[in-house]
Amino acid sequence: MQTQATHSLEGRGLSCIRDDRVLFEELVFELVSGQVLLLEGKNGSGKTSLLRILCGFREPDTGRIHWCGEAVKDSQFYADMVYVGHLDGIKKELTVLENLKMSLALSSSGRYSIDQALTKVHLSGYDDVLVQALSAGQKRRLSLARLLITENVLWILDEPFTSLDKQGIALIESLMAEHCASGGMIVLTSHHDIDLPDVDVQRINLS
Amino acid sequence: MSLSRAFFAVIRRDLVLALRRRSEIANPLLFFILVITLFPLGIGAQPHLLQAIAPGIIWVSALLAAMLSLDSLFRSDFDDGSLEQILLSPHPTSILVLAKIVAHWLVTGLPLLIVAPLLAVFLGLPNHSLGILLLTLLLGTPVLSLIGAIGVALTVGLRRGGMILSLLVLPLYVPVLIFAGNAVQMASGGLPVDAQINILIAILLMALVLTPWPTAAALKMSIN
Repeated sequence: MQTQATHSLEGRGLSCIRDDRVLFEELVFELVSGQVLLLEGKNGSGKTSLLRILCGFREPDTGRIHWCGEAVKDSQFYADMVYVGHLDGIKKELTVLENLKMSLALSSSGRYSIDQALTKVHLSGYDDVLVQALSAGQKRRLSLARLLITENVLWILDEPFTSLDKQGIALIESLMAEHCASGGMIVLTSHHDIDLPDVDVQRINLS
Repeated sequence: MSLSRAFFAVIRRDLVLALRRRSEIANPLLFFILVITLFPLGIGAQPHLLQAIAPGIIWVSALLAAMLSLDSLFRSDFDDGSLEQILLSPHPTSILVLAKIVAHWLVTGLPLLIVAPLLAVFLGLPNHSLGILLLTLLLGTPVLSLIGAIGVALTVGLRRGGMILSLLVLPLYVPVLIFAGNAVQMASGGLPVDAQINILIAILLMALVLTPWPTAAALKMSIN
């Protein structure tokens, strides 16, 4: 175990109660490098709440989350993770390039340069376009480009396939497979069935 | 991954954004000018009265203009998810929040300093007190942004936070108003104002050190 730099994300006995309604109870999972955790469940079953608990926006009502064996607060967690949620965190008055540079400044640079990442998500040539001129699918791909330019191990994705077309979905799936192959891990929610043949996918059904 | 790079990147981003949505700079400034021009119209031809209350008029208007501009501090970041990204950054949130406050002051506080001498002359404030007026504004308006940031951070998650925000923040502005207004008053009478200026400096330094933490904590609560 010491020889290879593996990471692990562990949830121990997590519960979430919202307005006196128990969304989930005593949830236990463990995720290691190279794995994907897919959260399933109907609307309102607490998928997004669980992701927000993982990000630290919410406290779990019971239970703890550990990153590489340490409590999240004492670990490198925030330097190792990246989150793309319902809101894409992109300023529409800024250009594509300015937005990505901002994300880069808040984190550390990762595997791809901004140019390479834009090529990967088929947005090359859009550098100086204001984001408000992009379509919904292009915006989504731009927010996913953030995953590539920053250094990270854990991707937390809330419905990453929203407003993407078939090619866009295939593109993101290939990026996810590549990320897992290089030792990364992913937690995501999705209505689409994901197609990742070579990846170890764990599923948790919340409903 | 350096903190100073992130700090200046946040400031630069907010300044670029402000330049692209010009109303953010123009609105508080126009409000400031307008409120001050209303007083001579309302009071009529009484130059001595106007001169006597000029420091108060300018400072109360600055307070209200700062109030008006506060909501824009975190609103758009909250709405489009940029705030989530700032909170998730491995850098200390309080430092990034401080960068946002600095940018906000450059956009909404600094322009007040530029027009204030003109308005002071307009109200008949003696020329020798203009320097002190500018100095109090230079020391006082950043405090307005810093203290206001806590209030905005607490109310940004509420749909109609505007009224609560003013109830929350205006009482906290009172010390700045008292010392700054008093300093200008004394200066126009030719009296020394070292004590008031020192207290304003102390308030500014304390606010600079103490306000970013509660602001960051309040943002974490609001995002929940």
